[in-house]
Amino acid sequence: MAGKGPAGDDSCVQQEPSQPPGPPFRVRDRHAWHGERDWQGRPDWRGRPRRWRRRGNGEPLRRDPEDRLAGGVAAGVGAWRGFSPTTVRIVFVVVALISQGWTIPVYLACWLLIPAKGAQANIWSRARHDSRGIALAVALGTVLLVLLGLASVLNAGLINTYGWQQVPSVAFLVLIWRNAPDSEQEAMRHLVEPLESLGGGQGTRRGLGIRLAVAVALLAAGFGWLLTSHESIALLRPLAGLILVTAGIVVLLGPWWLRIARDLVLERQARARAEERADISSRVHDSVLQTLALIQRHADDPQQIVQLARAQERELRSWLFEGRTLGDGDATTFVEGIRQIQRDVEARHGVPVEIVTVGDCPLDDDLNALLAAGREATVNAAKWSGARVISLYAEVEPEQVEVAVRDRGKGFDPDAVPSDRKGLAESIHGRMTRHGGSVTVQSAVGEGAKVTLTMPRSAASAEAKGGSRR
Amino acid sequence: MSTEARTLPRVVLVDDHGLFRSGVRAEIGRQVEVVGEADDVGPAIDVIGRLVPDVVLLDVHLPGGGGQAVIAAVKRDHPEVRFLALSASDAPEDVIAVIRAGARGYVTKTISTSDLADAIQRVADGDAVFSHRLAGFVLDAFAASPSGQDVKPSFDPELDQLTSREREVLRLIAQGYTYKEIARELYISVKTVESHVSSVLRKLQLSSRHQLTRWAAERRLT
Repeated sequence: MAGKGPAGDDSCVQQEPSQPPGPPFRVRDRHAWHGERDWQGRPDWRGRPRRWRRRGNGEPLRRDPEDRLAGGVAAGVGAWRGFSPTTVRIVFVVVALISQGWTIPVYLACWLLIPAKGAQANIWSRARHDSRGIALAVALGTVLLVLLGLASVLNAGLINTYGWQQVPSVAFLVLIWRNAPDSEQEAMRHLVEPLESLGGGQGTRRGLGIRLAVAVALLAAGFGWLLTSHESIALLRPLAGLILVTAGIVVLLGPWWLRIARDLVLERQARARAEERADISSRVHDSVLQTLALIQRHADDPQQIVQLARAQERELRSWLFEGRTLGDGDATTFVEGIRQIQRDVEARHGVPVEIVTVGDCPLDDDLNALLAAGREATVNAAKWSGARVISLYAEVEPEQVEVAVRDRGKGFDPDAVPSDRKGLAESIHGRMTRHGGSVTVQSAVGEGAKVTLTMPRSAASAEAKGGSRR
Repeated sequence: MSTEARTLPRVVLVDDHGLFRSGVRAEIGRQVEVVGEADDVGPAIDVIGRLVPDVVLLDVHLPGGGGQAVIAAVKRDHPEVRFLALSASDAPEDVIAVIRAGARGYVTKTISTSDLADAIQRVADGDAVFSHRLAGFVLDAFAASPSGQDVKPSFDPELDQLTSREREVLRLIAQGYTYKEIARELYISVKTVESHVSSVLRKLQLSSRHQLTRWAAERRLT
């Protein structure tokens, strides 16, 4: 502190007077000697501080931002003189009560003038170049003065007792707020938030001035009303006063509150973006990179590579363009069921299945049967046709649902298939007819095959269709 | 489609992936004449304006704006240039945007070489080309709306619905049939199939059917 000039020295002296009149604490004896002198020496404290500083614990007095409630002054003083910060704080509070609030401006002055631990300069050394901050501090102090003047004219005892001391407090706070280092400002936000709207104003200077003027007028009128209404009988007057005060507070703090809300929204958006990015990269890692690795390992097996690439493509597509994860959960709509068939057949039989769907609807028993039959037909085509690709087409119409499974494979003669061959006979024909559907098989040797399954829609599912159709 | 009998269509490739361009050029280089390439909207408009090809093979996704920006710019000066949209993503907003901007067809990038050459030839001849996915999309978008509440009619109400023949043709395209197979299946000529598809394309481009846009926004082609 020695090198910090008179400002730094002042601070520790200002600090002292608040402590000695405290109650008889354990620390009192150690403290009393310089406290007393300080108390008495107050008018001429400017000349004295250097002598006591040498009695300290070796370290110059520094605020301790690590262990702070507000500015870290108490913690700093505690460390400096070897007390627990809590003790110092209790002393501060008690003294504040006894001295009618004078500790508060003193505390703030210390905050302004004592450098933080590890910092080179105190806040004042920055603040004194901040002309706008000083102007604001003076303006706010004046505003408060005017308010207090009004209040005292109206004879409000409490305000008279505790109000005047806080005029410098407000000014100090403004200076601290505007000039404290970022790390401290962050922590101060909770303490001085309301003043930010005045000090850190984002709006134009003129807007700020107008707002201040309006707010002061409203507050003054409101307080005046409230304070004079004691003698008044009219019940409406305190109400009007309350409204005015509320309006004043809204005008004063509204922009600040809005900014807080906006910051919150922005922060939430940023977080959402970050999560999305993390999601994408984990997705790319889990699926795409894994598949690429698999492809490299199967470089000599074209069939396998096609299958892997195909499965990956499908998964990526459904994630990118349909916004859903490819789970193995049960399908709840018809189109999901069709997609499941595609997935399963491609995975198990390695034959690409091209699906085209038109419309969609929720599943019921009949449609589950249709899906099962369609699955069987697709599996048949994958197993026996030898086709490169199977086309699976599904259309949901108002009266019926149609599934067509088509391949360009070797084909067969439908009449020649023995009726006991289970696939076509039981799984497809039997299932469809039991639920009132029908099956058409078109095929000829060498010309591929097409199995068309048609299921009439039950009344209930047809009714639900209007909403479900996308 | 006997491509040998005609002169090769002159084609410009527009795609932002150099690898894809060279791949396509190598594959279809014999069936068509690739006269130029471009990798973005600005260069594409340049090259197409200079070369005036028969067909532009146009990626739906370009860094400097979608493929429809190219179509819109070229259509003004060279209405005779035809576009075949090509996309890997199948996002319906994009597909419907290029089709409505004036592309004569849309195919996916997984299309086989012979099918692609065939599609280019068809577009060069003035016909429309629908992939099976686009066919499914059109069917869905033009599906009879039972309540009819969302339908804002066009000036020409015929534009707002498909005939039953057109629906049949689209259904078969959606099932992976070729035009020739469709013609055989429905006992009509290939030329008739082509005219049905062209008429569907016209409806797709001109219909103000509200559902079309909404459908594209809500649903994603798979």
